[in-house]
Amino acid sequence: MRKVRADLHLHTCLSPCADSRMQATAIVERAKKVGLDMIAICDHNSAENAAAVVKAGQRAGLAVIGGMEVTSSEEVHILGLFDTAADLMYMQDMVYENLPGENSEEAFGSQIVIDEWDNVVGKNPRLLIGATTLTVEQIVDSIHRWAGVAIASHVDRERFSLIGQLGFIPQGLDLDALEVSRSCSTVLEYDYPVVTSSDAHFLDDIGRRSTCFMIESASLGEIRKALRREMGRRIAGN
Amino acid sequence: MKIAELVQELNLAVRAAKGNLERVVTGGYASDLLSDVLAHSKEGNLWITLQIHQNIVGVASMKDLAGIILVNGREPEPETLEKAETENIPLMVTEMPAFELVGRLYNLGVGGTEE
Repeated sequence: MRKVRADLHLHTCLSPCADSRMQATAIVERAKKVGLDMIAICDHNSAENAAAVVKAGQRAGLAVIGGMEVTSSEEVHILGLFDTAADLMYMQDMVYENLPGENSEEAFGSQIVIDEWDNVVGKNPRLLIGATTLTVEQIVDSIHRWAGVAIASHVDRERFSLIGQLGFIPQGLDLDALEVSRSCSTVLEYDYPVVTSSDAHFLDDIGRRSTCFMIESASLGEIRKALRREMGRRIAGN
Repeated sequence: MKIAELVQELNLAVRAAKGNLERVVTGGYASDLLSDVLAHSKEGNLWITLQIHQNIVGVASMKDLAGIILVNGREPEPETLEKAETENIPLMVTEMPAFELVGRLYNLGVGGTEE
């Protein structure tokens, strides 16, 4: 068992609100430089840059998990992390089918799709900053249907968070963890594991917050075990 | 009515785009869900909300809204202010809660999205 430092919530230049320098090799380089063993890519309502960062991570020896940050109809952000690219694409299909609108670059920013060498290969025309028509429950169920890990984003924030938008966590919601953007007391009354992530939109933010896991290897399967406290795996601090 | 007249009548504090208050509002829309405003507000509407995140300016700009009034004494985040200046979207604040503000707007002749 070893300590794995993970920042499980990073955006890329695909998110309209993220910096254009959030590209595959730059993210991986920065993550390694600040001592992270593992990162997850979670752009708003799309996973089109996840594979690029995963490949850049493989080249550089950094574990990268593909995921996305889905916006519910209540404007709650939920992270979905997936073991395989295929599962992630199933989730993306589901999100795209339920995501209305087209992006306005002037209003919200550009949505750049890149390859593993940071080459621009296109732009995503969808309104990624918008909300899907899916409820929080439907999103969590879908993430689990494709064997993903479901984490409620930055629950300590007022806006776009489960507690901020809905007042409290709906009873029985099958989340794998709550994410906080800083240490905070309000989540302690809830019976969910808590992880801390940077939610980086800029290179300098990467690793500003992270979570230490005691696990066998830097993989999503091990993270899942740690969240469930199975077989000695555990969260070892922020 | 022009925004400038509403500012005067309701004693609103203007936080951004002070030079863009001559537009006549076409009606109002009150909501705190950005996606709902994207779906249902109309061009030239005043938007009444308690959301202070910079995305409200993006929404107002995309829908060509006349301006945004923040209720309950809520102050815009610095990025929101900056963006509102850049996009020239009038941003006003009031101590009034939404219900009261909307009532006052109706009394002044500003209706909903149907008018």
